[in-house]
Amino acid sequence: MGLLNLFERPRTFAHGIYPIEHKALTADKPIRRLPFAPELVLPLAQHRGSPAQPGVRVGQEVVRGEPIARADGHISVPMHAPATGMVRQIGLAPTAEGPKAPAIRIKVYEGASQQVLFDLERDLDALDRASLIAAVQDAGLVGLGGATFPSHVKLIPPKGRWIDTVVVNGCECEPYLTCDHRIMLEQTAALIRGIRLVLRATGAERAIIGVEDNKLDALAHLRAALSAEPGISAEAVQTKYPQGAERMLILSLLGLEVPAGGLPADLGVAVYNVGTLAQMGELLPRGRGLIERVVTVSGPAVRRPGNFIVPIGTPVRFLLEQVGTTPELGEVILGGPMMGMAVASLDVPVTKGVSGVVALERADPDLAERKVYPCIKCGECVHACPVSLNPSLLGELAAAREYRVMAERYWLDQCFECGCCAYVCPSNIPLTQYFRIAKAINREHREAG
Amino acid sequence: MARAIEIRTSPHLKRARTVEQIMRTVVLALLPICAFAVYQFGLSALLLLITTTGAALATEAFFARLSGQGNTLSDWSVVITGLLLGLTLPPGFPLWMAAVAAFVGVALGKALFGGLGYNVMNPALVGRAFVQAAFPVAITTWTPAFAPGRFAEPIPSTLTPPFMQPRPVGDWVAGLDLDAWTGATPLALQKFEQIELPLGETFAGMVAGSAGETSALLILLCGLWLAWKRMLDWRIPVSVMAGAALTALPFWLLDPQLYPSPWFVLCSGGLMLGAWFMASDMVASPVTATGAVLYGLFIGVLTLVIRLFGGLVEGVMYAILLANALGPLISDWTQPRVYGSGKKPRGAR
Repeated sequence: MGLLNLFERPRTFAHGIYPIEHKALTADKPIRRLPFAPELVLPLAQHRGSPAQPGVRVGQEVVRGEPIARADGHISVPMHAPATGMVRQIGLAPTAEGPKAPAIRIKVYEGASQQVLFDLERDLDALDRASLIAAVQDAGLVGLGGATFPSHVKLIPPKGRWIDTVVVNGCECEPYLTCDHRIMLEQTAALIRGIRLVLRATGAERAIIGVEDNKLDALAHLRAALSAEPGISAEAVQTKYPQGAERMLILSLLGLEVPAGGLPADLGVAVYNVGTLAQMGELLPRGRGLIERVVTVSGPAVRRPGNFIVPIGTPVRFLLEQVGTTPELGEVILGGPMMGMAVASLDVPVTKGVSGVVALERADPDLAERKVYPCIKCGECVHACPVSLNPSLLGELAAAREYRVMAERYWLDQCFECGCCAYVCPSNIPLTQYFRIAKAINREHREAG
Repeated sequence: MARAIEIRTSPHLKRARTVEQIMRTVVLALLPICAFAVYQFGLSALLLLITTTGAALATEAFFARLSGQGNTLSDWSVVITGLLLGLTLPPGFPLWMAAVAAFVGVALGKALFGGLGYNVMNPALVGRAFVQAAFPVAITTWTPAFAPGRFAEPIPSTLTPPFMQPRPVGDWVAGLDLDAWTGATPLALQKFEQIELPLGETFAGMVAGSAGETSALLILLCGLWLAWKRMLDWRIPVSVMAGAALTALPFWLLDPQLYPSPWFVLCSGGLMLGAWFMASDMVASPVTATGAVLYGLFIGVLTLVIRLFGGLVEGVMYAILLANALGPLISDWTQPRVYGSGKKPRGAR
């Protein structure tokens, strides 16, 4: 591994930060299966785009793997039953985002089998491009890295564009998370199958897997597996946050920038998370739907951290009971600690986009109640911002409610809320939150016309 | 799990120094320089530093109360202002004038703009600029370093009663019976008499000058420590020094008799102190990396222009104040290109 380090200079982007990784807690824990929770909660909007339309009624029996909700239009995906049981309710349920949202609740039968009974073996080679793309939608696949954008949509480039490069995101730059690391090690065959499917569906010539150089074992493993796979390569990128942000990874690997307001497709690039493609490679040949995902459960408040296959819809409370928590449990985050969302209730379910559940202990009061000072223009945020904004200036504009100036003159919309600025700020100014609010208000103004 | 869980917004991790930490570290770095000033100039320097710091603290407390900001002394920033101001004044500077300088610096240079973070210029230099204009004689009255008996009694001018003219120090200096004393700083000697003191003396600080500006070596060490602790942007002092040395070089090559050598330029006057501790003031300097370099070069060059061609002997103060005023503009001009904002045609790989 050391040799790899010597001969390759990992590619990277400018700025960014180096948070403590905390990945050793779970990096060598093989993926394990968890039992079913007694009840699963499946929000109809687990993806970007239109929510799915329920296709079952209350009281109906569902079989593990059976479709229970239809896609509503092109930018939408169907949902499948993660466990055999009975539909108990179709109504409002708590979500991580805050407001209650429509969801299907399934009462899982005691002793329900982990075996997927809903199978549809098929010959993928016989499918044409359109049918392949439809098959991806039917599988309910979305970006499992956390973006939850329907996967099939990215297979069709906008008019006049074509995809020539598929970037496979194996960076996993968020602290604590190791699910993608384990997927690259343990689900290599499915991952490569998934990459092949995407190459076929897009007509792209090559695929590049970007792996942060804190996972050189995964990189070496992938390279060994890829030796007989022309057109697919694996490259090391520097371990730096937010390397795994789509736009940063494209810059690191290809030296290209996604134009402001544009899409990777504008560069002929489609980006997929390794977890998404491993699921694609696993599900498509058998015509199955996405019913479970790998989740890292970790953090100082977790007694037995690990990487688990979690059925979609499993309540966070159940998941934490399985791994045990310390009495000092303070904050529970879905996703990673840099961009993830703290939940207000442990009754919210693990959805398709949840890559990790990080449980932190009660914050040091000093840190939690740290005083907010005026900006001292130290420039730390300017040197940290991966898209080269001036968070210091934007912060002052936000405090003055100059939201439009922020967007029109200082590129606010290029901010993807990675959190680097707030992470480094000595004055403890909640910069990221300021920008989130500014963008939301601008959005409302735009929508109001 | 019965206890309520906390909710915060992302990022949920933070690892940053605090404002107090930064300011305290700068104060710590200034202490050796203060100690050397006291060692060199005795009781007067000690009283001077106590006066400027005390007056700065009192002014800050007064205005913070007036504006309802609460206790702003705890961020330590005003201590830096007080110490720096003391270090830039002549050791025998009357204490009442020093207190005026501290008041003006903190009141007009900082509180008026809204306190910490909002000041456009370095408050210590604002205070010094004021007394430079108000008391031109007192601020150019130099006394010898290492005067005998300097710990027993202060320089006579130090204890001038408020609003009175300082007592002349001529008789006192004559009484010290020093052979080589000319009453001039190394800069003045060079400028008006073309006598360049040996580098060893200016570098180590065995010369006359403002209380804390004499030892270039000590300032350099303290500054390097701060830079190593990442409490100041090294680009600023380095480019100030580069700007000054590179401006001096061609003139010195043309006429080494008339013009100072680059190393003399670096080690004399307030250049070192200005470069490492005043130009680098975070609040009043640009936030971008390129901006920091331009800002530093501007200060270095302008200092030399004033020193070589201006009527004044020293130019660091005005150079920094002017550059401070330009800081926000420089930041804006040198903002790095935002990701995705350029027109990079497809196939540029």
